[in-house]
Amino acid sequence: MPEKSMRNAINDALSEEMQRDDSTYLIGQDVGEPGGSFAVTRGLYDEFEEGRVIDTPISEAAIVGSSAGAGMTGSRPIAEIMYADFMGLAADQVMNQAGLFKYMFGGDVTVPITIRTVNGGPGANAAAQHSKSLHGLFMHMPGVRVVLASTPHDSKGLLKSAIRCDDPVVFFEHMELYNREAEVPEKSYKIPLGEADVEREGDDVTVVATQKMFYHARDVAEQLAGEISVELINPRTVKPLDTETLVESAKKTGRVVVADESVVQNGPASYIAERIQQEAFYHLEAPVEVVGVDDTPIPFSPPLTEAVVPDDEDIETAIRDMPRV
Amino acid sequence: MPNVVAEHADRLVDQFREMVLVREFETRVSSLFEDNELPGFVHLYIGQEAIATGACWGLKDDDYITSTHRGHGHSIAKGLDPDRMMAELFGKETGYCGGKSGSMHIADVDQGMLGANGIVGAGPSLAVGAGLSIQQNDEDRVCLSFFGEGAMAEGVVHESMNLAGVQDLPVVFVCENNQYGEMTPAQDQHSVEGFEARGDVYDMPAETVDGMSVQSVHDAATRATERARNGGGPSLLICETYRYHGHYEGDPMVYRTEAEVEEWRERDPVDTLESSLLESGHVDGDDVAAIRAEASERIDEAVEFARASEYPDPESAFEGVYSEEL
Ligand SMILES: Cc1ncc(C[n+]2csc(CCOP(=O)(O)OP(=O)(O)O)c2C)c(N)n1
Repeated sequence: MPEKSMRNAINDALSEEMQRDDSTYLIGQDVGEPGGSFAVTRGLYDEFEEGRVIDTPISEAAIVGSSAGAGMTGSRPIAEIMYADFMGLAADQVMNQAGLFKYMFGGDVTVPITIRTVNGGPGANAAAQHSKSLHGLFMHMPGVRVVLASTPHDSKGLLKSAIRCDDPVVFFEHMELYNREAEVPEKSYKIPLGEADVEREGDDVTVVATQKMFYHARDVAEQLAGEISVELINPRTVKPLDTETLVESAKKTGRVVVADESVVQNGPASYIAERIQQEAFYHLEAPVEVVGVDDTPIPFSPPLTEAVVPDDEDIETAIRDMPRV
Repeated sequence: MPNVVAEHADRLVDQFREMVLVREFETRVSSLFEDNELPGFVHLYIGQEAIATGACWGLKDDDYITSTHRGHGHSIAKGLDPDRMMAELFGKETGYCGGKSGSMHIADVDQGMLGANGIVGAGPSLAVGAGLSIQQNDEDRVCLSFFGEGAMAEGVVHESMNLAGVQDLPVVFVCENNQYGEMTPAQDQHSVEGFEARGDVYDMPAETVDGMSVQSVHDAATRATERARNGGGPSLLICETYRYHGHYEGDPMVYRTEAEVEEWRERDPVDTLESSLLESGHVDGDDVAAIRAEASERIDEAVEFARASEYPDPESAFEGVYSEEL
């Protein structure tokens, strides 16, 4: 199987889905001829006929709002918002528009839109307005699906499912993962939304990790092998969350660490921990441990960023601090 | 121009000195970045110096400005100290924000600098807030809001201009049209050509000026700030300009030609001012050389200061999130 970067895997998914379905189009800032700020859409402007890849002004509210409107009227738009941080400007269009229509209009309408956006940036010292992981905000919105891209293989399969999904999906990529390479099948494949992936089986502790934390956790699991047996799970979709797989693993190992780059307080990791504690309570040897950002904006200076943003050390400490019988 | 130069020679020499300093700061940042001495990413102001200098010249210390991701020139023009700016770019504790901001968020509220900003279009709304404070407290102050033409596409900029108009606020909106928003030419991003019409719809005087001429910017900004100070409400200033470097340092710039850059360089705000000053006889070659050397030394000092400064204590990362412990 050929190796591909996450960037190219996402590009493949976009290309395949746009070939497959004429009702799709791409819309966003610099996604056309320039090929996107992170070069994810490179080549698509030339590949497709005029009008299928639309470069917009710097207007996040209109990019997402128009997608909601187009979604209601027979199109299947794929919008790009350069950084998750900029989703703040388009939050209304998800929270009060796209996410509500199906329910609020009595069930007759679907809003089949995908909003691709980008978490992360702290590792690139992009500072407080270009570094946040914000999937937690959208997990809080009824009617909205939330997907996290972590590996090239998963990104491709998940994005294809997201595009075909009849609900609004916010698809979070990660700025620091675009260059990651891994095997990606040439053939077309989909990964269903709502299925976690058990990346590595183990007996002593379950680590649930997303995006960049997934890679940190994978390294730690490798290092600890022989000493502590880690079961590593990538939830892939956080809404719906594959609670079943997580709980099953928690019941087996009795110890769980959840690592996610968002703010911990009221955030995704806390929610995942809560679900596991609720459903695997009698099987747990200890409370679920959570690794993330402790209620702090992302600072610029490297030593400050390192202090705030979790890495392998934090995950390892959390694993080692778990009580063991 | 000769008469104008003669009339305002002293001021123009001082403005030249500041523009050279901004150019030197930015040029040095460019090479420091290339040498991997600076973390994060930087957006440089080279080519646009006449706007920050011309627009801020008449401001008082306690007037306000809001800035953008391309904010180093605005900061220097508002009187910020290059030492502490450079230290911030290095992520050092002596920087303006103790290493928390980096290039994109430098602020010094005490000096009236309400922040560079990484969110396109955020500045104008903050400027409206400053305008409301000024009005509420009956103060003799104004707020200048710098933003790129790309920001004109953000809804919040329209809302802000309208609110400033409705409330007659002492705000001057300074739109720097450097022809591109990231990789896309301005004409592909706005359905109406030129931006003066944006002033009309919010009932504020709008003027388009040559942003490569510090004199033109200065004159128009003086008119607008005087109007704001005297209760005449907001204005819109559109400054036509160009950025020589990429959108960010490292930008491959595939979206424009070298010839286009060269064409604009012929109108270089620093060099053309130098020529007119030389022509007018108010300075000679030695003076100019001295000014340039002085700027270069000043930035040497700033770089030394930044290099010699310590990184912040990692624990400080968790401080200052809230104003008080509850
Ligand atoms: C809300 C928001 N959208 C998009 C971006 C990404 N971005 C940063 S600068 C920029 C271009 C801004 O163009 P303009 O306002 O003309 O300023 P210039 O860079 O030309 O100085 C874009 C799109 C951002 N920082 N914030």
